[in-house]
Amino acid sequence: MNSNIPFEVTAAVRFLREGILQTLLIVVGVAVGVSVIVFMSALINSLQSNLMARVLSGQAQIVLSPPKQSARPMLQLGPNSVVRVVQTRVQQQTSIDQWIKLRTILSQMPEINAVSPMASGAALITRGSATRSISLLGIDPDNYYRIVNIPADMVEGTSRISGQDALIGKDLAEDIGLRTGDKLHVSNASGTNRTLTISGIFDLGNKGANLRNVIVTLNTAQGLVDLVGGVSSIDVNLNDAYAADAVADRIVSAHAVKADSWIKTNAQFFTAMNAQTISMTTIRLSVALSVALGIASVLVVSVVQRTKEIGILRAMGASQGQVLRLFLVQGGIVGLLGSIGGVLLARLMLVFWVLLARNPDGTNFFAIDITPAIYAWTAVLATAAGILAAAVPAINAARLDPVVAIRG
Amino acid sequence: MADQVLNLKDIRKAYNIDTEVETEILHGIDLNLNKGEFCALIGPSGSGKSTLLNIIGLLDRPTSGTLAIEGRDTGALNDTELTKLRGQRIGFVFQYHHLIAAFTALENVMMPMLVQRGFADAAMQQRAEYLLAQVGLTKWQNNSSQNMSGGQQQRVAIARALAVNPALVLADEPTGNLDTKSAETAFDLMREVNTTNGTTFLIVTHNMSLAKRCDRTIEVIDGAIHGAV
Repeated sequence: MNSNIPFEVTAAVRFLREGILQTLLIVVGVAVGVSVIVFMSALINSLQSNLMARVLSGQAQIVLSPPKQSARPMLQLGPNSVVRVVQTRVQQQTSIDQWIKLRTILSQMPEINAVSPMASGAALITRGSATRSISLLGIDPDNYYRIVNIPADMVEGTSRISGQDALIGKDLAEDIGLRTGDKLHVSNASGTNRTLTISGIFDLGNKGANLRNVIVTLNTAQGLVDLVGGVSSIDVNLNDAYAADAVADRIVSAHAVKADSWIKTNAQFFTAMNAQTISMTTIRLSVALSVALGIASVLVVSVVQRTKEIGILRAMGASQGQVLRLFLVQGGIVGLLGSIGGVLLARLMLVFWVLLARNPDGTNFFAIDITPAIYAWTAVLATAAGILAAAVPAINAARLDPVVAIRG
Repeated sequence: MADQVLNLKDIRKAYNIDTEVETEILHGIDLNLNKGEFCALIGPSGSGKSTLLNIIGLLDRPTSGTLAIEGRDTGALNDTELTKLRGQRIGFVFQYHHLIAAFTALENVMMPMLVQRGFADAAMQQRAEYLLAQVGLTKWQNNSSQNMSGGQQQRVAIARALAVNPALVLADEPTGNLDTKSAETAFDLMREVNTTNGTTFLIVTHNMSLAKRCDRTIEVIDGAIHGAV
């Protein structure tokens, strides 16, 4: 007998080893339950991270724009007023007030890691007899690419643009037959027009965006959307994407701008993610409960089988606490072994999943990301669940009257 | 008093107290056992022997009366203190040996010490080996208790009862489940330990020939002691 191992642990291990078939069955049962939890957690977490990354990589976390223009009523409401109708004002294309100063202030905030001004608006492109309405995005490439990774989405040409260059979407290029190096005639409603050269074609993975968006430099866009020297919005990215709401509120309270956080503009996405998380948690809890009940039922039987042994241990001076711990340790060991088996099984299932679940082009649906912390947490939680599940049978064992127990 | 291992005064035990079916099993037992005594406790089935033995072994509490082990009154002790005292000063030998099958013979003998101290140590193992040698089972010390004969298992149970060097060994029909030869061996062994170590024994038995070979025979009939034979 090992002199470093407490009596309760030694006895628990021996008892489990003696009923090896019973022990193996419950350990396998726990392992299967744990593997389902780990496998599903890994899959859903990876899917959510992937979706989140896709959502975040295509948009700014906070978009600052000029405050909404509202009509100022001429008639003040008083006690004798009957009816007042205020028509909603047509929103004019205006610049963010003192945007350069604001950009400097934002760049100095520690929680912000990228600030990119943008001048955007509607325009028309013409090629031969074909005309298409487009959304012109005037950007500062170095800063904008830190927010939306356009270089990674290029399918042709280069993402580097200067005054006369434009990037267009794959679908727009196909629609009007443009290629890199071709000229593009851009005009706006007030008659300003410019001829640009297509330096690259991008694919944002969204047909609408590919058909509509034309990316040019900030200076070029400012002239074409009637915002000379101004910007229509400032895109901001944070170190912690989930702090977007709080940071947006702080910016609004200190500056004359409207701020939309990605959390608010993607409310439906978040609702779907939350619904997924809730259903996943429900499945996890159900599986965990059935695992715990399995451990408990085996230990209840074990207590009945070992009644005489418990009695004899009590006669030899074993305290109620020692008997209690003996069965709690058994629950913990079953939980621990089951969790180790479960994690290995889940790993195997994930390997198969990665091999089998692929896109038509052979690439993976998304990267499965399992951190060692998941393994550690699973082991800790399964062991704790085992101990918890053992509580009732352990208490029953500890409360056995030694006289009755010895008599069996 | 110093040599008195067990002192019972007016011990009563009743069940279903304060109900219409209240039944008194023991009716005022007075009994003293001195150090080194080797006593038999006899009586017909249902006379209250096992109840008395359970009370003496601190496995059960009397309804009234006082019980002292080596002069220490146990009436005021709580369950934890009783358990501790039982583990340190009383050894048990049961009719059906009750060895723990998950452990070897040696480990079974170590068990009372292990329960007391929490961790195994070399001294514990040496003591268990010494006791197994005393009962002639050195060769079998690493055998699982399941792979031993009934007589051998009972000898291991006797060694186990002696593990903590108890003041009193209570044996409940220790030879009742053995053949004549094994019964003789087990009895002789207990007698030898009694003579050599001075350990006090109280042996419940139905075997009158064995009872007659004890220093004193205490007869219990209908819950009362009918005097020494």
